[in-house]
Amino acid sequence: MTQLPLRAQLASALGRTAATLSRATGRGDGSVIGGRVGLALEPDLLRKLAQDRKLALVSATNGKTTTTRLITSALQDLGEVATNAFGANMPAGHVSALSSAKHAPYGVLEVDEKYLPEVIDTTGAGVIVLMNLSRDQMDRAGEIWLLAQKWRRALAGRQVHVIANADDPLVTWGASTAAGVTWVSAGQPWKEDSWCCPECGGPLDRKGMEYTPPGSAAPGPVPAAAHGAVVSRAAENDWACRECAFRRPQPTWFLDDDAVIDPHGQRWVLDIELPGRANRANAVMALATAAAFGLPVQQALPRLREVTSVAGRYTVVQRDGRHARLLLAKNPAGWLEAFDVLDRSLPVILSVNAQGPDGRDTSWLWDVDYRVLRGGPVFVTGERRLDLALRLDIAGVPFQLVNSFEEALAAQPPGKVDVIANYTAFQQIRSEFGRAV
Amino acid sequence: MPSDSILRLVWIYPDLLSTYGDQGNVLVLEQRAQRRGIPVETYHVRSADPVPEGGDIYLIGGGEDRPQILAAERLRRDGGLHRAVARGACLLAVCAGYQIMGTTFGGEEGQPVDGLGLFDISSGRGTARAVGELVGEADSGLGIPTLTGFENHMGVTRLGPGVRPLATTTVGTGNGNGTEGCHVGKMIGTYLHGPALARNPGLADLLLTWAVGFQLPPLDDTWFEQLRQERLGAVLSR
Ligand SMILES: [Zn+2]
Repeated sequence: MTQLPLRAQLASALGRTAATLSRATGRGDGSVIGGRVGLALEPDLLRKLAQDRKLALVSATNGKTTTTRLITSALQDLGEVATNAFGANMPAGHVSALSSAKHAPYGVLEVDEKYLPEVIDTTGAGVIVLMNLSRDQMDRAGEIWLLAQKWRRALAGRQVHVIANADDPLVTWGASTAAGVTWVSAGQPWKEDSWCCPECGGPLDRKGMEYTPPGSAAPGPVPAAAHGAVVSRAAENDWACRECAFRRPQPTWFLDDDAVIDPHGQRWVLDIELPGRANRANAVMALATAAAFGLPVQQALPRLREVTSVAGRYTVVQRDGRHARLLLAKNPAGWLEAFDVLDRSLPVILSVNAQGPDGRDTSWLWDVDYRVLRGGPVFVTGERRLDLALRLDIAGVPFQLVNSFEEALAAQPPGKVDVIANYTAFQQIRSEFGRAV
Repeated sequence: MPSDSILRLVWIYPDLLSTYGDQGNVLVLEQRAQRRGIPVETYHVRSADPVPEGGDIYLIGGGEDRPQILAAERLRRDGGLHRAVARGACLLAVCAGYQIMGTTFGGEEGQPVDGLGLFDISSGRGTARAVGELVGEADSGLGIPTLTGFENHMGVTRLGPGVRPLATTTVGTGNGNGTEGCHVGKMIGTYLHGPALARNPGLADLLLTWAVGFQLPPLDDTWFEQLRQERLGAVLSR
């Protein structure tokens, strides 16, 4: 690792002091404020900190924090890994992450979708992981076709290795200008933002993704005896434009129900601790990324299984005999993922806010199909509970309106309950019930 | 209302123009008709398919620049919406969908793009994005309460003599000149994006009344009213 110039060293050290102070005074985990101080002193600091490291950048609308964690866990076997574990995913957070692990030869950075072109440029990262793009906080995040267009420009003509989800047409379009891409079939349950061709606007013909029950495969690698099944399953995610040549590229990695198929055709049951289809997709992306760093599946997969909770997601908080499992869902695609994880035998508490980080517009609630919640007890809270109440009423989902999460929890019988909350609602619950990670 | 007494809702191009919960308007209309015993059929018209002419209420939503231009091209070429409107069908056009009903609107670089010419309006790109809550007093002839909703657009819209403003803005930007949206005949255009009817059941009932041709009985609007009061209170107390 080369020495940082003195000015950059100073900026980095001051950044760390601010981060320590922020933590000591209880104002958060310090990862953003530390980076801001550093960046203000040395705008080129991120470039210098990134030099001579092997970096992976992870971007998507959903799952980037979790996937960053999974990749980080896998790369530990190679050496120390710098990472922004708390989801501070803009350049200030990256400065903070890299300066707090100064000698780490590896780095895995979660990157906000909008900042990706800038961060690719600044860090010169060699590996870029792109997973999904869908509507999210549109009052501040802007337009996703435009975003994908910016990814294209940033990747064009650059010597990077992209790992991209071929099942998402917009991601495919955004990634396909890169010189080298490993295409992964990681699935795409949320399709409402990709019925049209990003290249020409024509209709995309897609195969349905009917639910098929998981197979009864033994754990560990088994020969791809059911190769026909893999092919047909992969074909279920296929898409092609009816009016131009843009179509899904051939993937080399596949998520196949509860397993991954690697480029050699070997099937490995994932058996990870993190629940749900979305996390299995994240795991497949992480394994393909680990392979790009030279780590085979048999070495990386056990590391993925060690991850049990990511920045509070899936954490269980307790009070008076009520055990509440926290699921974060920030946008319509995220709610679809959360529904997939829900224990339908339990009551569910929903909490929605519309503060700055959530987006101040609650229109997106109308894009979520809440009918899956019919038939079980549903409790509605959060600062925008009335928006959600009307939405559920129109969907024909019976619910009980409560004034706070505490009240919702007290209304439960002792035992388990699931909670789905959007960003600030989730953080409010975590800060009130302890920041267990 | 057609003779077979089924209300037909036609949602135009959900694959191109549906970014902000536009589905909400369809769901609110469906529910408010059904609660009054009116059977409803809803058609989702993909942009590759022709627009059917036999609908009673047509809905079109918001979208990004490129999809907006594509939608305008396809609707002009298709002609189905023009024929339906000429037949007397109702229309709710929201945000990007509102702009394309005019003679021109601003494209990706601000260049003028031909609209459908169903509204006597023309839109261009403003200098700043209008993002936030919008409140407006509805045109008195419409007989509906204060409008509330959320806007997120860069459009500036000039109204010609062939339309009337939908509302006078008290909070927010709307058309950019103190008015918001427009109406003419049984057609409404608005910058209140996404689920505009969820905040304005009066507007939903206006469309339904136009479509069925008779006065509709009132509904228990507890949740609608609570949401309206909370939003209006939050915005007007600032
Ligand atoms: Zn195409």
